[in-house]
Amino acid sequence: MKPYQPKIWKILAAILLITPLYLQTSIAKTVTLLNVSYDPTRAFYHAYNQAFAQYWKEKTGDHVVVYESHGPSGKQARSVIDGMQGDVVTLALSGDIDALNKYKQLIDPKWQSKLPYHSSPYYSTIVFLVRKGNPKNIHDWGDLIKPGVQILTPNPKTSGVARWNFLAAWAYALEKYGSEAKAYDFVKQLYQHAPILDTGARSSSLSFIQRGLGDVLISWENEAYMALNESKPGEFELITPSVSILAEPPVAVVDSVVDRKGTRVVAEGYLNYLYSDVGQTLAAQYYYRPSNPKIAEEYKDKFHTLKLIPIDKVFKGWKEINNKFFKDNKIFDRIMSEINR
Amino acid sequence: MTPVIYKQSNLKRSVLLMMTWIVFGVIFLAPLSVILIEGLSKGLGFFWHTFANPVALSALKLTLFATLLSVILNVIFGVMAAWCITKYDFVGKNLLTTLIDLPFSISPIIVGLIYTLLYGSQSILYPFLMEYNLQVIYAVPGIVLATIFVTFPFVARSLISLMQEQGNTEEEAARLLGANGWQIFWHVTFPNIRWALLHGVVMCTARAMGEFGAVSIISGHIEGLTNTLPLQIEILYNEYNATAAFSISIILLIMAMIILFIRQWCERRITNAHSEAGQ
Repeated sequence: MKPYQPKIWKILAAILLITPLYLQTSIAKTVTLLNVSYDPTRAFYHAYNQAFAQYWKEKTGDHVVVYESHGPSGKQARSVIDGMQGDVVTLALSGDIDALNKYKQLIDPKWQSKLPYHSSPYYSTIVFLVRKGNPKNIHDWGDLIKPGVQILTPNPKTSGVARWNFLAAWAYALEKYGSEAKAYDFVKQLYQHAPILDTGARSSSLSFIQRGLGDVLISWENEAYMALNESKPGEFELITPSVSILAEPPVAVVDSVVDRKGTRVVAEGYLNYLYSDVGQTLAAQYYYRPSNPKIAEEYKDKFHTLKLIPIDKVFKGWKEINNKFFKDNKIFDRIMSEINR
Repeated sequence: MTPVIYKQSNLKRSVLLMMTWIVFGVIFLAPLSVILIEGLSKGLGFFWHTFANPVALSALKLTLFATLLSVILNVIFGVMAAWCITKYDFVGKNLLTTLIDLPFSISPIIVGLIYTLLYGSQSILYPFLMEYNLQVIYAVPGIVLATIFVTFPFVARSLISLMQEQGNTEEEAARLLGANGWQIFWHVTFPNIRWALLHGVVMCTARAMGEFGAVSIISGHIEGLTNTLPLQIEILYNEYNATAAFSISIILLIMAMIILFIRQWCERRITNAHSEAGQ
């Protein structure tokens, strides 16, 4: 038998020595930020991060790299709670940012008053996407509960847009029929027309566009435009209802993370720059309605006008909304159990 | 055997063979060709462009890194576990043997959640980890840990059965001739198990490269930092970029094919080793 030289140990030792070096280099020497966001913002923040890096370099000489993580809004909040080191969160609704303080205080409870326009540099609304030629003749919320119409909306338990969809439908019914009981009935009928509830805005869009499910996709305006751009011309049509919700996706610095990492100045600069003309213009280009009236005026032809209901007018803030509608055994759960019965 | 019966069984055989090929075609060949056709539908230039992208490159790098590290660690621990189980008698041996197989039966989502609870902010370890700036979940170490967990049984499994079969006689002889523990391992045990070890490594590599579920929960999907190739494929698909998603799938597919051929080769070596030992 040939004597076997333990060369392999030398190789193993070399690899084990090199490994920590690799881990070291993956944490870059320049300033890095992590933006924890929700799904439909990916294209916008790709463009914005480059613009910001350039601006920050000119302003301070520092090289800044912004990493992005995207997923369903509620799930992303959960990840930050579990320890994802997001310097900033840019989520679909302020309720998800409030949720960061569920176990420990990760963020100043007054975060929403720290930046202009309730910390929402851009806003959006909920619209419909229908198939070519609008075969089911959908024009407003009332048409969605006609016999034979199938709608796609994600699950409000995990998805931010799904909550906006729910509230938009509720607000429409409340305005039209004038009572909570009628609104309940309308929303219940609406969910009876939903064959599946996906986990997030993006998976819902994919079900509608690539898997060919459903007649109407209820979604973010920017998500609907992006889907239009990504598909063949004329394959889908965007329908703006008469009334919808004013959806303000907020942004915030996660205090506990930036204080630990020492990145507060950059993180605040990053969010403030969203309100600059450059940030606002980029938002408009990616189909978010800019909060700054001047830029909004420039891009007003890009967006349909409709009556937008602010949630504070009908509901009393996200805490109340979640307690009333989306917590376990509340209105949404009741509706779903009545439907399944 | 009468010719009639022979003819019948021949017919049966070809029917069976045909059905196998139909099922194989529907379940494997069709999807695989879809990947190839879709992935190359925008031409080789686009295919190449997908990989020139730093985000895709970092995903490839991370996948290779996590695979390499988990294979190395699994080899070390797998050999130790197999050695321990087959050469010694101790209390709880059956329990340990069963526990080694546990990752096969645990759903990946549970693996992901276990690590989230253990190293996340709800954990009692968390203040300690933060003090030393050790980010485990939503970072590379968590991905490696999850990969090791799901691939752990492969090396140990392929060694234990072989080593049990081979018994301890050769080692006992070496001991009587005055060899120490290391000498026994390097000169007696290792040459006997090396092909089975390689087989375990190959299986472990294949699983580590393709791992999606557990890693998806641990990763946090940070582009350019914690996305592995399978996660990157999902993201590209979700971004209406199906062609790029399939382009990357082709790379994973090629890597899997290479692994498969190495596996075949190992298995032949193992069978040869067995028949030599039998003679």
